[in-house]
Amino acid sequence: MNKTSYENLTRGIIKENPTFVMLLGMCPTLGVTTSAFNGLGMGLATLFVLILSNSAISLIKNFIPPMVRIPSYIVVIAAFVTVIDLLMSAYLPGLHAALGIFIPLIVVNCIILGRAEAFASKNNLWQSILDGIGMGIGFTIGLTSLGIVREILGNGSVFNYPLVGEDATPMLLFIMPPGAFLALAGLIVLFNKLRRA
Amino acid sequence: MAYLMIFITAIFVNNIVLSQFLGICPFLGVSKKISTAAGMGFAVMFVMTLSTIVTFLIYYTFLQPYNLTFMITVTFILVIAALVQMVEIIIKKVSPALYQALGIFLPLITTNCAVLGIAILTIQKNYTLLAGVCYALASAMGFTLAIVIFAGIRERLAYTKIPVALQGTPIALITAGLLSMAFMGFAGISN
Repeated sequence: MNKTSYENLTRGIIKENPTFVMLLGMCPTLGVTTSAFNGLGMGLATLFVLILSNSAISLIKNFIPPMVRIPSYIVVIAAFVTVIDLLMSAYLPGLHAALGIFIPLIVVNCIILGRAEAFASKNNLWQSILDGIGMGIGFTIGLTSLGIVREILGNGSVFNYPLVGEDATPMLLFIMPPGAFLALAGLIVLFNKLRRA
Repeated sequence: MAYLMIFITAIFVNNIVLSQFLGICPFLGVSKKISTAAGMGFAVMFVMTLSTIVTFLIYYTFLQPYNLTFMITVTFILVIAALVQMVEIIIKKVSPALYQALGIFLPLITTNCAVLGIAILTIQKNYTLLAGVCYALASAMGFTLAIVIFAGIRERLAYTKIPVALQGTPIALITAGLLSMAFMGFAGISN
């Protein structure tokens, strides 16, 4: 793999991590991460849409008139979101119910439209796929780590596997809405410290 | 009474930003000054109510009778994007003063997930048109309330000394977390 491909693949994971650095897609980040599993599911759903939309937009970029490019991108993204919505409701009904309104809302996730406009509309298919994978993985890492932290603190378990005994009282606050803000603030501080070190 | 309950629930108990996490981007992005926060709030109120009415009518006149309900995401986002564009053009022509106040916020609203979210939730909750309008208006009022309070706090925060590690986003998120905690106090009202 040459240097450009490697950079495009890894950019989304550390340097421009959507969750911790760019702060994109905050609504699903805060809304669904009540458990590690939900965070992972949302991250993978977004990864799927991101790869497909990046590749589709990279392929059709020369046919779209510049004036209507944003609406065209939105239609492409919305089509893939509908695909994942239907697939999840058929094969993963539990996760589909847990993520709820945030699945159709993948369509307005700024990461996806942002990558379409900033990357896929200017680069070839292969690089756009790599960029989609990198950004998607970065987002999945962000959501899963937030989900893990909130689940440990708020429920005393990881991926539904209990860590503490039944006597311990977990801090319920962390799986309630305020905990999302506080846990993400803590993770961003930690991420910045690690990145500078 | 039922409509009053929709208002109280949507503004205080299930506040759209602080407990449902819709519209976080503008909430964190345009909340540095009270005046811009209020402008954004009013623009959202206007667009959200209008888009909920239009999407509601489209859903029950076209999508449902022809079994096209799986097209809901594609249709609604396009309708909202077109509507926002149209509102922008109309306001620019009719009232330049209002355009000055709201204009810059309108393009941002297309990607505000709260607008699409409320339009879809109105359908999912099986509301009638009137209840849907109340719900959309109340949610937008909840958004305005939250963003104006948040901007007020951030204006004060600008004059305080914040530890280096927390400067910027982390302190904003902590503030939002505390605000969200305060709103949890309303949780008992709905029952």
